[in-house]
Amino acid sequence: MTTDRRTPLDAVHDALGATMTDFAGWRMPLRYGSERDEHTAVRTTAGLFDLTHMGEIEVTGPDAARALDHALVGFVSKIGVDRARYTMICTEEGGIVDDLIVYRLGDEHFVVVANASNADVVAGSLKYRSENFDAVVRDASEEYTLLAVQGPASTEIVGSLTDADLPALKYYAILRTEVAGVPVLLARTGYTGEDGFELFAAPDDAVALWEALLAAGKPHGLVPAGLSCRDTLRLEAGMPLYGHELTRDTSPYEANLGRVVRLDKPEDFVGRDALAAAQEDVRRTLVGLTSPGKRVPRAGYPVVDAETGERVGEVTSGAPSPTLGVPIAMAYVASERAEPGTRLAVDIRGKAEPVEVVALPFYKRA
Amino acid sequence: MHAPQHLRYSKEHEWLDEAASPALVGITKHAADALGDVVFVQLPEVGQTVVAGEPCGELESTKSVSDMYAPVSGEIVEINDAVAEDPALVNSDPFGAGWLFKVRIDGEAEGLLSADEYAAFCGE
Repeated sequence: MTTDRRTPLDAVHDALGATMTDFAGWRMPLRYGSERDEHTAVRTTAGLFDLTHMGEIEVTGPDAARALDHALVGFVSKIGVDRARYTMICTEEGGIVDDLIVYRLGDEHFVVVANASNADVVAGSLKYRSENFDAVVRDASEEYTLLAVQGPASTEIVGSLTDADLPALKYYAILRTEVAGVPVLLARTGYTGEDGFELFAAPDDAVALWEALLAAGKPHGLVPAGLSCRDTLRLEAGMPLYGHELTRDTSPYEANLGRVVRLDKPEDFVGRDALAAAQEDVRRTLVGLTSPGKRVPRAGYPVVDAETGERVGEVTSGAPSPTLGVPIAMAYVASERAEPGTRLAVDIRGKAEPVEVVALPFYKRA
Repeated sequence: MHAPQHLRYSKEHEWLDEAASPALVGITKHAADALGDVVFVQLPEVGQTVVAGEPCGELESTKSVSDMYAPVSGEIVEINDAVAEDPALVNSDPFGAGWLFKVRIDGEAEGLLSADEYAAFCGE
């Protein structure tokens, strides 16, 4: 895949000396300096992320809520205005196409945020699945830049640039306001396990917004943060990543996310029958693993029985945890091996290293 | 590109200091920067025989794990315990305190690049 898509902050990242990487065809900052320092900043003060690669799909019209009830596994019509919900889009066979956040901006107005690698697929599926509804689906990704301020100092930093009542803005809520004079959709959402905000703005305002947040955040210890620390932050927080924990061959029940599937909603939805069956047949389960050693279980490594070496699962994500100081991983294992405390091993390039199944998340903020 | 003139380099991004006795081996700044924060270094063992171009250890960083290659054949005579203790030295001082091991070279070091050749190789 070619790296031909650049965010409006491309030159800003270069000026900051960022190491850039290709992510789903986008040229994105991997890290600005030490990814561990960036990780620690988000856990203790704050980090500023450019997430412009995420896809934004607008769904509008009298039947917008019903169309999304049909297209997604969640009960979208129950979402209050100015609220958000974590949900998924599944195949007819019950596999996960993508995980999504749906923001309801009005009775007939939703914004669906999809992963960068899936934005086109999700937009296409939503269009197709909405054909029999009075709703319009539009890929609006080009109209939004997305920045995130994450970390315990986020409220103070964003609060210094807006008149909005941030203490009243609940987790998974959204409002229209101005931050540093820039019109934004300001949401209390994130993917780091910390308190924080995501700011949707016009691409033309991206640089001004970034610079204002960086300047306001500096006294509080805010640093620019790249995709590398975003990955270790979400892993510590036990949050799944599309392409790793979530795939078309995975059901939400295997991923411990059965709660997002609303088999009880009145609208028939794509994947319902398969998901109802999948709920009764969960053969493998997503677990957390920690290792007492130093070598890190990485995505794709086999999980094996510690005694017999029999293969019982596969690692989906793994990294040295900056917060815990030990290797951590998520893996799918045979459901009878998923109990916390279970001793297993991971085949790390030919050598079985002991690991223990632990409850997720690895890290929970105080 | 920072590559000291007095060292020679492998295409696997190790440097070799033959002026030291025994010869000193580490990874280059280019390699350390590409790895990101190194969190664990699995060094070869003292007394172990290593073969030029073959893996002899591992470097774990946040994002990935990489093999450590021997730039020359020979016997490991010392390993850098400080780096085993504090792998971040590989990032902060790859050509100095972040050295990896000392090796008694068996025969001649072959196929290594000069500093200028290595800089050109990395620029490709």
